[in-house]
Amino acid sequence: MEYLIIIISTIFINNIVLAKFLGICPFLGVSKNTSTAVGMGGAVVFVMTLSTIMTYLVQHYILIPLGIEYMQTVTYILVIAFLVQVVEIILKKVSPDLYQALGVYLPLITTNCTILGVAILVIQNNFNLMESVVFAIGNSIGFTLAIALFSSIREQLDNADLPEYMQGVPAALITASILSMAFMGFAGLV
Amino acid sequence: MATIKSSFINLLLTLAIVTLIAGLSLGYVYQWTKEPIAQAQMAKQLKAIESVVEGYDNNPVNEKYKVATPDGKDSLEFFPARKGEELIGVAIKTKSTRGYSGDIWVMVGFDQAGQIKNIVVIEHKETPGLGSKMTTPAFVNQFLNKHPEKLKLKVKKDGGDIDAISGATISSRAYVEAVQSAFDTFKSSVNHATAN
Amino acid sequence: MPQPISNTDTFLKGIIKENPVFVILLGLCPTLGVTSSAINGLGMGVATAFVLVMSNLAISLVKNIIPDKVRIPAFIVIIAAFVTVVQLLMAAYTPALNEQLGLFIPLIVVNCIVLGRAEAFASRNTSGASILDGLGMGVGFTFALLLLGAIRELLGNLSFFGYKIVEADGILIFILAPGAFITLGFIIATMKWMKGRKKSSTR
Repeated sequence: MEYLIIIISTIFINNIVLAKFLGICPFLGVSKNTSTAVGMGGAVVFVMTLSTIMTYLVQHYILIPLGIEYMQTVTYILVIAFLVQVVEIILKKVSPDLYQALGVYLPLITTNCTILGVAILVIQNNFNLMESVVFAIGNSIGFTLAIALFSSIREQLDNADLPEYMQGVPAALITASILSMAFMGFAGLV
Repeated sequence: MATIKSSFINLLLTLAIVTLIAGLSLGYVYQWTKEPIAQAQMAKQLKAIESVVEGYDNNPVNEKYKVATPDGKDSLEFFPARKGEELIGVAIKTKSTRGYSGDIWVMVGFDQAGQIKNIVVIEHKETPGLGSKMTTPAFVNQFLNKHPEKLKLKVKKDGGDIDAISGATISSRAYVEAVQSAFDTFKSSVNHATAN
Repeated sequence: MPQPISNTDTFLKGIIKENPVFVILLGLCPTLGVTSSAINGLGMGVATAFVLVMSNLAISLVKNIIPDKVRIPAFIVIIAAFVTVVQLLMAAYTPALNEQLGLFIPLIVVNCIVLGRAEAFASRNTSGASILDGLGMGVGFTFALLLLGAIRELLGNLSFFGYKIVEADGILIFILAPGAFITLGFIIATMKWMKGRKKSSTR
């Protein structure tokens, strides 16, 4: 039951993009094409879950026992960078099409604030390993939901008749704000 | 740009050395900031305690102890306030996980009789302009100098004596729940003390 | 052979012409995440500027010792180290601001501006120029956050830097999530409009 609450709150109530403001760069950058957006979302689910597990283990079995919690930022980012490299290599071999489609966005996942953000949040929230995994899966699904919704709106937006200074990023941001308002309606769900 | 060959050993070595240097420098900065950080944290706790109990001359943070809540699910931090040898009150750090946007941490000050002296919100993520109004005197004054045995700690909607914040029933409920939890734990700790 | 740009230009370009937030559209996460008040925006900007200057400096000093292939991870470690320094300093000396900015302080390490400048500038230029570049971008970033934070605080809370101007609630949406998106959207739209007018007036 606890897990269900975590899932609902991470996907809808505290949506990582629309409420927590993490992952804005890929949100505005990738979301021009829905299928790429979903592909990126899938990659994020995979990387986020794995990196959360690994950083959790680093925190609890290396940093805390040695009393070097201040090394959290450095070690976490190394783990994430390393993991993304591994994912890239595997993806190239297993699914070259997806690898091509994601293009430059895959290494960009390293600097994606969502991955590092979630890794730090599970420690701040004092989750155990299982709760952390559920939290990571929930957040990455929430991310995918946000960019998938957004990209399908943006595909329409590109055809709209907007004044020149509104085209592109400004319209995207205002759309995002409306989407964010819509998601605010989920508050109080649990 | 780079003038050293990119052999695999060199790559690993360089990265290891950079990380080592970073780690050592950070260790140094950490040692240097450890004291100020601890002091800043203690100052923050003392500030919250000061606003809910007054007239003490000890350091409540140094004498803090934990008491299990009656339902056994959690334990709250008690900060005893003493004047000389006499215990004049206690500040209890309590929380509710049922805030609108997450946990609400509250510091409640009781005198030894169990009367609420003051309540201060330490941390919350409630909606500005709605739930955030639980820090305003208009809301908090309902609790002051009242005893929870006489003041029903529930919002009026739930049959209690507390006027909830309009438009922020959930925040109000969580706040009240936190205060109730503090009092229940206080009562049980007093009972254990007198039973011994 | 292109004219090398002067030191003043290196510094100034980060503020308006190549403003990292409004023009290059980088570092948007903290821009939206901590600008619910002017002080928060300012604090975040200064913290990021510190990391920018220090990491640009450090990277320009070691750029010839680091093998090409391990360049990015090495830069990231250096940046992460300086971010940790900021984390520790803020926890010790500005605890209130530290709590307000919360998660976004360690997230400076994945702020695309920092790694972007390290890669695009510091790894190819002298230390002096790198410091100026970091400083310029830092000032530009701080300016963007300050502007956004001030507008949101003014409209949403009717206060400026914490001083209430009118004792009433503002248009609350501005200090909430949607408000961040809207304000930034309108600021960028305004800048594009101004650029468009300049272009047509010089024709």
